Amino acid sequence: MTEAGSTPTLDGQGRPLWLLCELTYACPLACPWCSNPLDFDRLGPELSTAEWRRVLAEARALGALQLGFSGGEPCLRKDLEELVAHGDELGYYTNLITSGLGLTGARLARLKEAGLRQVQLSLQACDPELGDRMVGGRAAAHKLAIAREIKAQGFPVVLNVPLSRDNIDQVDGILALAEELGVEFLELANVQYYNWALVNRAELLPTRAQLAKAEASVAAARQRLGRRMTLYYVVPDYHDGRPKACMNGWGSIHLTIGPDGAALPCQEARAVKSLEFPNVREHALAWIWRDSPAFNAFRGDAWMKDPCRSCDERGRDFGGCRCQALLLTGDAANTDPVCARSPHRHLVDEAVALAEDPARLRGRLLPRAPRGG
Amino acid sequence: MSPPALEAVVRRSPLYLLRWEPTQDAHVLLYPEGVVKLSPTAAAILERCDGSTVRALLKSLADEFPDDDIAPDVLEFLEVARDRGWIHADP
Repeated sequence: MTEAGSTPTLDGQGRPLWLLCELTYACPLACPWCSNPLDFDRLGPELSTAEWRRVLAEARALGALQLGFSGGEPCLRKDLEELVAHGDELGYYTNLITSGLGLTGARLARLKEAGLRQVQLSLQACDPELGDRMVGGRAAAHKLAIAREIKAQGFPVVLNVPLSRDNIDQVDGILALAEELGVEFLELANVQYYNWALVNRAELLPTRAQLAKAEASVAAARQRLGRRMTLYYVVPDYHDGRPKACMNGWGSIHLTIGPDGAALPCQEARAVKSLEFPNVREHALAWIWRDSPAFNAFRGDAWMKDPCRSCDERGRDFGGCRCQALLLTGDAANTDPVCARSPHRHLVDEAVALAEDPARLRGRLLPRAPRGG
Repeated sequence: MSPPALEAVVRRSPLYLLRWEPTQDAHVLLYPEGVVKLSPTAAAILERCDGSTVRALLKSLADEFPDDDIAPDVLEFLEVARDRGWIHADP
């Protein structure tokens, strides 16, 4: 998964600038577009506090600057405050990526005291009934209250809205709500189709008409808001015809550590079953980042096949997303099939066409298994 | 768009954290989910965006870099920095 505007703007010069710690896969919600692995219940036990502290220190020594705490729902970990404090002491810019469940005013104050710099809060809709239905639980009212509390405590707020067929028609309302809340950053992110979202793709993909309307709203809002709010719009790569520069390249600047200690070049990478991802319980992070076979598998461009190998855009998009190539074509070294030059582009076109078909059978969304870890 | 006036007060946005980063051998600006690596000149300008006027900032830089006429470049940078939200200028 990649998010426009959320990639550090400097070349890492070989350093993992972004450390994303998925503290747990447990979550009180059941979002059908969840990016967590389908088999998260079968993975090993969560890292201990001491193990996470060691990961933070080792990554900082490798040059990591941005630290994200994510999940699952990271607020379920009782040691979140301690890990934020340790990250801040080490010199990271600390980000919390949360559904808001498990946050209270008192806990936010403790996190601020611990050195937390910003909160990225997910929100699904401006109307609470739809919001609750989408996440499979009563969450919308709490999310709104906690958004106000985050703002009141002086954190910069990133409001993250995953867009799909069900909520993309609310973009105008969501923009108005974000403006009223006074958030600094609004991320309107078309869902990327991995894991649970891929299972539910036929029910989540918006139509072209829906996308065009949302994009017109975003363009108008940019004019109106000027410098008051930074607006990121993550394009739907299925409709775009050009692959995203996923993670700025494999093993380039991004390092995810899963709850079980697996080190991953992105949070979806476990999809590539042919690779054995090293675990921080068994290896030093410096070896994992620099030398492990998994992190070197798709570094640079020597692994590329045609059409990527001879493409003049390979230095810009790095062949797109390895996980998407694997999930849709069966080979992670293939060109990302969203690319118009991919011989597998028809697979994406068929999915897009199905979303347009008014006569198609509507299925049911499969909710993410609600607990885990 | 035009650069801030000489009497404008310039101040870094509290959203952006400016600090020296040894692993980059440079100053960086850190903000939600982002990093910008700064040139030495850019860092010298941003360090001075602390509530002083543009006029005072130019004088302070001229004292440190007396050999060049840096004012046009500094004003251009302030305009870009304001446009990106790194600094606020009042008025």
